[in-house]
Amino acid sequence: MKLFLNYLIFPGLLFSAVMGLLAGWIDRKVTARIQWRKGPPWYQNFIDIIKLLGKETIVPEGSKITFIFAPALGLLGAGLAATILGKVLINPLESFIGDLIVVLYLLVIPAIALIIGASASRNPLASVGASREMKLVLSYELPFILAIIAIVIKSAGAIKIGNIINYQINFGSHIGSVSGAIAFIVSLLCMQAKLGMVPFDVAEAEQEIMGGTLIEYSGLPLAIFKLTKSVLLYTMPLLIISLFLAKDTALISVILKYLMLLVIIILVKNTNPRLRVDQAIKFFWGPVTILAGISVLLALLGL
Amino acid sequence: MNLKLKALTKSIWVFHVSAGSCNNCDIEILDCLTPRFDVERFGIQLIGSVRHADAILITGAMNRKAVPRMKKIYEQAPKPCLVIAVGQCALSQHMFKDSYSMREPLDKILPVDLYIPGCPPKPEAIISGIVKLVEKLRTKDKK
Repeated sequence: MKLFLNYLIFPGLLFSAVMGLLAGWIDRKVTARIQWRKGPPWYQNFIDIIKLLGKETIVPEGSKITFIFAPALGLLGAGLAATILGKVLINPLESFIGDLIVVLYLLVIPAIALIIGASASRNPLASVGASREMKLVLSYELPFILAIIAIVIKSAGAIKIGNIINYQINFGSHIGSVSGAIAFIVSLLCMQAKLGMVPFDVAEAEQEIMGGTLIEYSGLPLAIFKLTKSVLLYTMPLLIISLFLAKDTALISVILKYLMLLVIIILVKNTNPRLRVDQAIKFFWGPVTILAGISVLLALLGL
Repeated sequence: MNLKLKALTKSIWVFHVSAGSCNNCDIEILDCLTPRFDVERFGIQLIGSVRHADAILITGAMNRKAVPRMKKIYEQAPKPCLVIAVGQCALSQHMFKDSYSMREPLDKILPVDLYIPGCPPKPEAIISGIVKLVEKLRTKDKK
């Protein structure tokens, strides 16, 4: 029962969705200030979700049951990842063996849900978006996992997030070391791609393929996809914090670090043009993977 | 006032259709998004797909090629969906009134909720039109 409440309410779905929507507002507001605009009020994202719930849901003719089922899959996966991370950050001892691997898998599920949903919608632009998303997932997962392997090596082979946090509480944050700093930069870039933010938003390119993967979605399923996006926007920086910056896990410092990461990715988003998908793959499999490999080597050498 | 309508009036996502306009109105619409006017303050966004739209914003004189496509776009939009006609061409066909290629004005084809006159209308006019539309929706709900 307690687990169920944890999943549905406190570190899980509801809490992470609310925090993610607020973070989405910060994103919109900072973007607006950069462009010298005023930006929407803080409740704008909540209103968008409520409005989408009230709209008609259109299911394209001939699409399969997966069209409706895919958004729920994405939200459930992202919510579970948020629950595990939230619980671990509150109490590092309360984690199970291999939860790092579980979280890594769960964080891929929203992207897979997007691909499934887009492919089920029978729209040519959506299928272009789905294929781009697939290529993007393939490209950023490799350096991201290498960066995390560097962290696992550095914290004496721990694959429990709780142990990694404890290690950092005892011996200092991983970002303080050379290999940790390199892995941090790599995972920041991968986070940018995982959140679908601007240099890597080919899958959803609004001006180019009209929303790409989301093109056929309306009403409730679209709202669920938006919620999934915001849950991810809450979860990904938390994962980075718990892997790289967990020297101090008091609430206020976690919030400050979270805001710092958020503002970094928003600034990157606002100062870069969109990459083509081939450029993104070359970028991730070239320089970024080499950087991640270097950080693994350095971690093996104990730097 | 019910929550659904309030949410709708506070976050209008606009799909922009140019049905054969001279691009002047389209530029004025883009002006609404710039720092000086910034309609994102009111939750108004331009979006790429009709499936996400709350309002279809139409410019231009509706030539024969555009009419069937306009009807198709309107059918694809999720309801409730508003139709906004921007510019003199979309309102009354303006100087193309007796043209061989423009047969009927927009409001004979689609149910138009808001007319914004002008050639092209100023961004201020477009914003005040949207405000009037929101007021109309709210008073309609009270009655």
